[in-house]
Amino acid sequence: MKIYGVAILAACYFAGLIIGELLGSLFGVKGNLGGVGFAMLFFILLTDWMNKKNKITDEYAAGISFWTSLYIPIVIAMASIQNVNAAINSGAVALVSGTVATVLSFVLIRFLISLLKQEGE
Amino acid sequence: MDAVYQMFLKNGFVLSFLVVGVIMLVTQFISQKILRNKIPGVALAIALGLILASFGGKTGIADIPLFSGMALLGGSMLRDFAIVSTAYGASMVEIKKAGWVGVISLFVGVFFNFIVGVAFAILFGYSNPGDIATLASGTCTFIVGPITGNAVGASSEIITLSIAAGVVKVLIVSVATPLFKRLIGIESKTSAMVFGGVMGTVSGVSAALASINPKLVPYGALTATFYTGIAAILCPSVFYPILKWILMA
Repeated sequence: MKIYGVAILAACYFAGLIIGELLGSLFGVKGNLGGVGFAMLFFILLTDWMNKKNKITDEYAAGISFWTSLYIPIVIAMASIQNVNAAINSGAVALVSGTVATVLSFVLIRFLISLLKQEGE
Repeated sequence: MDAVYQMFLKNGFVLSFLVVGVIMLVTQFISQKILRNKIPGVALAIALGLILASFGGKTGIADIPLFSGMALLGGSMLRDFAIVSTAYGASMVEIKKAGWVGVISLFVGVFFNFIVGVAFAILFGYSNPGDIATLASGTCTFIVGPITGNAVGASSEIITLSIAAGVVKVLIVSVATPLFKRLIGIESKTSAMVFGGVMGTVSGVSAALASINPKLVPYGALTATFYTGIAAILCPSVFYPILKWILMA
């Protein structure tokens, strides 16, 4: 049953979001703190464990991979619902700080990745 | 005619599948036949999505009633659900391998982006610590701008500006990363984790990795979601008090 795979995915999704909500109220922040990240970790650990016990059938996996394959279309839809006009027209401070922070982050990423490569050698 | 329009209107979510399908068909064709695979089709599709968004307002093309279904397909619920699904088959070994670099890149990334945001807010003449912290939080990632803004009682104009700074980041990350992937060095799963950790924006990072190599998506998305979480804690509760203390001294 494909729905079992999707249901496992949904269960991990909520388990992660619950942790995120708890962390949010713990730190007094309105919002979910890293819930999706925890959901991903739960999902990796659970499916890995189930795979080892041969509990995951091809059917389960097909249910999960349907959602994985929807990921790119969802990202494209996400792009189409951004407030692009506000981002472009709202004022120079947003445009400049967003741009400079992003460009400098690229430089920082390049630096950290090169550190990583040295570490590996 | 009106009956047909009403039918599309009633089935907005289903229509969104058709719309995205057509967007991908057109951009794959342009990518393969006209640009000879120089720019990935997904990157073009995302760029086209952003162009379409400019025809609407606050929620992009979903502001047009006919395309309101795009808001559900592209909204945070399905996005996050699909992101978690990409973790299937991701290797815990790879994640642990990136362990310390991953964690360091998270904190460095949040701090670094906040500082840049603060510098430009001051440069543009803002002097209220709450306004500066809100703008800087938006520079980290657009979800955190309103979180800090509400915590420090910033005006809605400042909050909108902070969101705009974050959206600018999403736009640049989505479109520029695939073009400069060699220069930046995003090849492995570990480098994808560093990328997500420093850049932070879940939308931008996952869009960029989807066009570079879909296999890298879970690794970048994982650190990016933790970035958002850490920024939501640090910006209003740690960075803002420190900033206030420095500016008042």
